[in-house]
Amino acid sequence: MIATLITGLVLGGTYALVAMGLTLQYGISRIMNLAYGEILIFAAFAAFLLFSTFGINPILGLGIILPAAFAFGYVIYGVMMRPLVTRSKKSGTLEVDSILATFGLLFVIQGVMLVTFGSNYTSYSFLNTGINVLGANVAANRLLAFALAVIIGATLFTVLTRTRWGTTIRAIAVNLDAAPLVGIDVNRTARFAFALGTMLAASGGVMISMYQTFNASMGVVFTMKALVIVIMGGLGNLMGALIAGLLLGVVETLVATYVDPGLTLAATYCLFLVVLLWKPAGLFGKAAGR
Amino acid sequence: MTRTILVSILVVLGLAALAWMPTQLGAYGVGLLLGMTGYVALASAWALFSGPTRYVSLATVAFFGIGAYTVAVLSETLPYWAVLMAAAAIGLAVALIVGLATLRLAGVYFVIFTFGLAELIRQLVTWYEVNITGTLGRYIFLPITAEQIYWQLLAIAAVTIAIGWLISRSRLGLALKVIGDDETVAAHTGINIAGVKLALFAVSATIITLVGAIQAPRWTYVEPSIVFNPTISFLTLIMALLGGANRLWGPALGAIPLFLLFEWLSANFPNHYSIILGLLFIAIVFVVPRGVLAGVEDGWKHLKRRGEAA
Repeated sequence: MIATLITGLVLGGTYALVAMGLTLQYGISRIMNLAYGEILIFAAFAAFLLFSTFGINPILGLGIILPAAFAFGYVIYGVMMRPLVTRSKKSGTLEVDSILATFGLLFVIQGVMLVTFGSNYTSYSFLNTGINVLGANVAANRLLAFALAVIIGATLFTVLTRTRWGTTIRAIAVNLDAAPLVGIDVNRTARFAFALGTMLAASGGVMISMYQTFNASMGVVFTMKALVIVIMGGLGNLMGALIAGLLLGVVETLVATYVDPGLTLAATYCLFLVVLLWKPAGLFGKAAGR
Repeated sequence: MTRTILVSILVVLGLAALAWMPTQLGAYGVGLLLGMTGYVALASAWALFSGPTRYVSLATVAFFGIGAYTVAVLSETLPYWAVLMAAAAIGLAVALIVGLATLRLAGVYFVIFTFGLAELIRQLVTWYEVNITGTLGRYIFLPITAEQIYWQLLAIAAVTIAIGWLISRSRLGLALKVIGDDETVAAHTGINIAGVKLALFAVSATIITLVGAIQAPRWTYVEPSIVFNPTISFLTLIMALLGGANRLWGPALGAIPLFLLFEWLSANFPNHYSIILGLLFIAIVFVVPRGVLAGVEDGWKHLKRRGEAA
């Protein structure tokens, strides 16, 4: 039971980190990014490639992958999202437009991965030794991934809540229309938040690659889970994403262990629907504003 | 009045010509025609609900797959027409459950839920087949020729477009337009938003389920990963968008060229298929956000105005 709980929390930690990135993208940049999971898987492949071909371990790999992901997000926002944002100023169709455009992006990235890496399941062995935690045996790579998720998540959380720059970002999430009135450059901040979100997706991908097998068409599942967590936690709410992420990780592991591994997604969905019908604004969201 | 009669005659003649076509084509041609008609029906059915309400549904393949799977499970125990009825009934039931649960939610939640619905159903079916019946994958042996499938699809496509036409002329159509423009206004004018949306979603989903059921015998072998392939949702959406989801003939107009293009692409670039598909999708969102028909109409109006000004 304890082993299951710990495994669930470790998985939940990765989910929470990944969902925080999506929260940034949707809450601040107002982009509903359906290609999010593909970016995550792409990073997992990158970590695999760095480890198996160049012998660079995933921790050092983060130093290469994260800046690259940030740059990628920055460019994608400038090239693809910015025109949509400008266009929707009049018609207010950004949500639908961004969904459709990133849906296309999903297929492009997935296609590139299928061509490059094929459709087989991939994994590599890194720190695959058991460590005793509270009497339960947990793989070291999982613990390391969890530690990384905590460090990255905590750093981000501190920056967002304690610095002036973080306050700027949160101001946009709270009130988009008022932000420019106090001298906030919404466009620049939105672009930055989008790039930051991409980076978090990539960091989640590297972590998942350490302890799980993955393949080129798995991205959609991660996008789904991240979306479910974001909505469960309340849109744009980082703390909510954190708690909902951990919750989902534990529920999934419990279902996989005690019910059936084939039903984890069904469990995710049930949780999603129950939360939506019970509290449409999410567990930690403010009373329905929209 | 004479105009209505004239149009009806033209429609009947057109349908007759389309129904006669397979006798003139070889097996490959019939296959193309069949696939094309299937997508015309899917895209038109998708647009019935998503066009006017602007709720983007990504659940097409969930219902399509339900239809196909129902045929796979029941084809040996029930007569063909009863299988189709059962498929339609199951599709309707699922649509009502999904609709009741999600349609009162805001747009994005709906998109997300439908996005994963096919994946969820696929997992549930897989789980059921593996754990309860112990078989993954089923064979469909039905004595139905490609021509017969084509005729059924042609009929269902015609019915779908006819329903679209009837709705656009009815009170329901007007209510839908108001909902699509502004839901708050719609609520204040006394429109039963949830009821209207649910009805439309159910009709659209039932048609999609039937298309899946009718096309199922083409496969012979069926398993969850084949019939719940998300690409089908994606293609349907892109076709309806290209033609213009708000127009009666828009989805059909988008489906025909895109189906032929996709056929050609998958034959010639099987490995890069999804990259090209994605790029095409992005291009359509950027270049013709409201569909080709709306674009052409705008251009036509623009020209006319310039003509009048001169």
